[in-house]
Amino acid sequence: MKRNNLLKKTLPVLVHIGALVPLAIMLWGFFDNQFINPIQELTFRTGRYALHLLILSLACTPLNTFFGWRWAISLRKMLGLYAFMYAALHFSIFVGLDYGFNWELLSEAIFEKRYALVGFTAFLILLPLAITSTKGWMKRLGRNWKRLHRLVYLTALLVIVHFIWLVKGDIQRPLIYGAVVVFLLILRWPPIRKWAGSLRRLLASSAKNASLI
Amino acid sequence: MIKIKASEITPEHLYRSRRRFMVGVGALAASVALSACGAEDATPSPTTNAAASGEGTSAVTPASIGATATQEPVPPTASIQSDELGDALTDYESVIGYNNYYEFTTKKEGAAKLSQNFQSSPWTVEVGGLVNKPGVYDIDDLRKKFTRQERIYRLRCVEAWSMIIPWTGFPLAELLKEVEPTSKAKYLRFETLYDPDSMPGLKNNSYQWPYIEGLRVDEAMNNLTLLATGLYGKDLLPQNGAPVRLVVPWKYGFKSIKSIVKIDLVEEMPVSLWMAAAPHEYGFYANVNPQVDHPRWSQGSERRIGELGRRKTLMFNGYAEEVASLYDGMDLTEYF
Repeated sequence: MKRNNLLKKTLPVLVHIGALVPLAIMLWGFFDNQFINPIQELTFRTGRYALHLLILSLACTPLNTFFGWRWAISLRKMLGLYAFMYAALHFSIFVGLDYGFNWELLSEAIFEKRYALVGFTAFLILLPLAITSTKGWMKRLGRNWKRLHRLVYLTALLVIVHFIWLVKGDIQRPLIYGAVVVFLLILRWPPIRKWAGSLRRLLASSAKNASLI
Repeated sequence: MIKIKASEITPEHLYRSRRRFMVGVGALAASVALSACGAEDATPSPTTNAAASGEGTSAVTPASIGATATQEPVPPTASIQSDELGDALTDYESVIGYNNYYEFTTKKEGAAKLSQNFQSSPWTVEVGGLVNKPGVYDIDDLRKKFTRQERIYRLRCVEAWSMIIPWTGFPLAELLKEVEPTSKAKYLRFETLYDPDSMPGLKNNSYQWPYIEGLRVDEAMNNLTLLATGLYGKDLLPQNGAPVRLVVPWKYGFKSIKSIVKIDLVEEMPVSLWMAAAPHEYGFYANVNPQVDHPRWSQGSERRIGELGRRKTLMFNGYAEEVASLYDGMDLTEYF
């Protein structure tokens, strides 16, 4: 019990640190002139962090389903919101810093280039999810809240497509990320979840029996 | 002591870019003055006392910037501080610190470190195929045989970033005249060294090594096409393609093949590494062309290293006057 309380208190702090330290390092690097192609570096980094956090937030539910780690669920929202923060930064850097709000160049880049279009779509989907992440919205939406938030699966897939389409040649890295995302989505598939549940019960009861003997 | 509010201090990247701008203005003024004197042809030969330049000089100090703008060039040296359009040279540190050299790594800021022990001497370049006088040229002989000149060229990467680099080298045409291509020769096929022991990136088997590039013979004969052996008045560093590389400024950077070991004159159009990797995305010609987008991203604008924001990409990277006639009657959307 004590251990659980400790986990409950320290894990969110670790998530805050883990999510904000890369931002601090990035900003320091930017203002310290450490990057030769600073805008590209900021764009790549924020995109990468957004993807990492999105994957972590998608891992929370399966961790609970398969291992019964309830603490993971309590971190899910925070991870998702940080993913959104980096996605928003990523988008703002692209629009503001990179293209300097030049609508002519921007509309060409966003609407004529498929990688930008899927990235933009993924961001647009994340937007209502971030807004409705509060307890109040959860109550107001009731059962629909869960339905709405399932859209994050679509976002994750779009982000992978975005990644695959923007690399110059070698798509090995985006495919690795893609495999992780697909794996995390498969774990949510009802038959798999059911199987995991029964396996857990079986293990729990055998452990109990073992301790009785 | 006078207190200065943090908000009143100019951020470094801003004052740096301002300084660069001022250098550009100074250089422009100087070059205008020079051309007015009719001295433009008397381009000084590349400096040879590179030892005195203090390799790896880090951030340029304000004092030395002032010197660049008004008095004499600061090492590492270039005789002119801007291109013909008046834009300032890219920092030496950026030119040697930001390199696409996949034989070492796909990380542009990692190539310098991973290539630092690369042996570019001794080195030979084999020139053969459909020529009357094939030969194996030692790099030192190449350097001696052909008069090296300084050329200030824009480099535009297909990834939409660009630099301005003062190369030293000689026109490829001079080497070609020496080996005498036969009438059957239509193309050149260039090959980079393949040495897995010193090039860790060759383990990446998503590409068909060695790196191959090609040019049409008339493109190779164009006066802009350079075999470079140095930049900023020094010999090339490994990450920039030591000891000898191609520079074709009106084409995307990947055409300018590095660390050349072999040049063959051939009849058929060679298949470059990038053409083999993604034929729908990288063509043989790869001319810088803002009207013909890469299938997946726009080529209409670019980021100049050292600047924030974007600038419009120029047709043939601003060299249309010199090279557009090479492609008369060709549909550049088809021959991208």
